[in-house]
Amino acid sequence: MKGFLRAMLAVLWKDLAAEMRSRELLSAMLVFALLVIFIFNFALDLEPATRASITSGVLWVTFIFAGTLGLNRSLAIEKDRGCLDGLLLAPVDRAAIYFGKTAANMIFMLVVAAIVLPVYSIFYNVNLVARPGLLLVILLGAEGYTAIGTLLATMAVQTRTRDMLLPILLFPVVIPVLVAAVKASAGFLQALPFEEIQPWLNLLVTYDVVFTAIAFMVFDSIVEE
Amino acid sequence: MKTQPRLLVFTDVLALLAMLIATGMVFLYAPIERVMGPVQKVFYFHVATGWVGMLGFLVAVIAGIAYLITRKSHWDLVGVGAIEIGLVFMLINIITGSIWARPIWNTWWTWDPRLTTATIMELVYAAYLLLRQGIDDPEKRARFGAVYAIVGFISVPLTFFSIRIYRTIHPVVIGGADPTVTGSFSMTPPMAQTFMVSLIAFSILFISLLWHRIRLGELAQRVEQLRLKWMR
Repeated sequence: MKGFLRAMLAVLWKDLAAEMRSRELLSAMLVFALLVIFIFNFALDLEPATRASITSGVLWVTFIFAGTLGLNRSLAIEKDRGCLDGLLLAPVDRAAIYFGKTAANMIFMLVVAAIVLPVYSIFYNVNLVARPGLLLVILLGAEGYTAIGTLLATMAVQTRTRDMLLPILLFPVVIPVLVAAVKASAGFLQALPFEEIQPWLNLLVTYDVVFTAIAFMVFDSIVEE
Repeated sequence: MKTQPRLLVFTDVLALLAMLIATGMVFLYAPIERVMGPVQKVFYFHVATGWVGMLGFLVAVIAGIAYLITRKSHWDLVGVGAIEIGLVFMLINIITGSIWARPIWNTWWTWDPRLTTATIMELVYAAYLLLRQGIDDPEKRARFGAVYAIVGFISVPLTFFSIRIYRTIHPVVIGGADPTVTGSFSMTPPMAQTFMVSLIAFSILFISLLWHRIRLGELAQRVEQLRLKWMR
């Protein structure tokens, strides 16, 4: 167990260190996320009245699009110059590699969220930052999304059509997470009573557990050579 | 390669006969529903195709698990065949549903949980085919296909629950839950008989099609092997 945790943290640390040096993944995700918010502004005419009801949808679409970008890049890096093979040669449990990559991807998504939320708050004059409920939903949603996303991205980068394939594989599968996350966020943003939000939170936790367990079970058969 | 097995020929004939009987019963035997009129007859094939679609996806996930455990390429053929058939029948299911919904709900499409999950399922398995297209190595294709069939199949009931918190307007005829939904009805004995016959007919059709598809896959593998042999 201790070795597993160490291997996982080593993979996570490797990803974070690489990102600290190149900053190419996070900067691309961030610029993309901000652009998506701007495009939504023009496409949906985000007026104060309509804005309140669709904020959570806009936020989650932004996170999910930026997240795909990050996932694709994070595993494309591993595929380039045989880094993935190098990782697999390491004498550690492969599940540790999976959890390390997932943790790294989740941190990238959370960093994007941490910057998008205040920016959105300033642009649209709502306070999204001081809402612990919303932050909890983002944490849970990012976990479910990256758990299944890392698995599918590992698959997608090994195909011929790698750049296009990930969203096609990921979006239909991740819809339950999106539904629950959007509903729960909207509940917190509209300050609904907690009893009305709780079923969505329960669902979100269920997805996180189910998707993580499934990915953990099948990851081995995706990376074997 | 052996010629077509006797039992398969028999299944083909049986499927054809059963489909003819089912169609005949739908148009000649089953009564016209009092409120909805003739359009209700879509129901018999609508439910039967949906059943075959689900059956296909269920077979595919079982084949996927079996493949990951045994690594026999045969299971991959079963999986891909079941998904191709499931996709086609699910599409028929969605289209016949639309045809029925237009006069009954006064719209081709509504974001009802039942409709939404069926369509998401269609998209998941369309993605499955795209995934397979992008991989050249047959062994890797089979592995990834099996994994995606499992992940996709898990996601569908989850999607169903996540949007089920709302009330559905889709009728539940068998073991009917809510008789007040638009387009709900209760079956008379001739209707129930017609319904059973079309379910059986489509199930036989499924078996026959799947068997053909598996044989086709085996032949394709053989052609591949022969080509490799002659290339050398």
